[in-house]
Amino acid sequence: MVRSILYPELRRLLDDGAQLVEVLPPEEYAEEHLPGATNLPLKELDAQSGARLDRRTPVVVYCWDSL
Amino acid sequence: MSPRAACRLEALGFDEVYDYVPGKVDWLSRGLPREGAKATERRAGDAILHEVVTARLEDRVGDVRADVEASPYGFALVLSEGGVLLGRLRRAALEGDPDQAASAVMEAGPSTVRADTPIDELRARLEARDLRTAVVTTPDGVLVGVVRRQDL
Repeated sequence: MVRSILYPELRRLLDDGAQLVEVLPPEEYAEEHLPGATNLPLKELDAQSGARLDRRTPVVVYCWDSL
Repeated sequence: MSPRAACRLEALGFDEVYDYVPGKVDWLSRGLPREGAKATERRAGDAILHEVVTARLEDRVGDVRADVEASPYGFALVLSEGGVLLGRLRRAALEGDPDQAASAVMEAGPSTVRADTPIDELRARLEARDLRTAVVTTPDGVLVGVVRRQDL
């Protein structure tokens, strides 16, 4: 079950080694992204691109905002 | 977009997936580190000073005045226990009865900016209003610090 989180829990997850994934298009990722984030654009998210992530480590996804 | 991506990852077999709902805009507005081509552009967060005088609602005006007089600023900021900005105490407001509580003389709800405000935009805003400082808070109102116009 996917869990929605706010900054305090994000901070805790990152401190514990979670993987960050920005799902915005590559151009937006290139302009600015969170430190250490991997870019997996939503439109390209499939088993092949997902293989870039470690399944044993929690994954946190984000886009621009909540809208 | 991120809720759909999170569900997609879950469908692909990832057991522990979280959605940071407020997203990149929330992170940047907190003045946190960033990477990318635009990461070197100066923002308000890059000029923040953190040593501003703060007070609680119940603090004595006389005590706050002493702290302000010993600081390079002409004001103090009133915070909740959790660090949320509640008001500002200008020097003039601190000249009265020293036994009054800060809450009685503070200016409630001062204007704030986010740490990701571009420096040029912030400078123009301060100049237009002839202000010397801007107060920076997170999106949920927690004080980050202040930025002086002379530092921009």
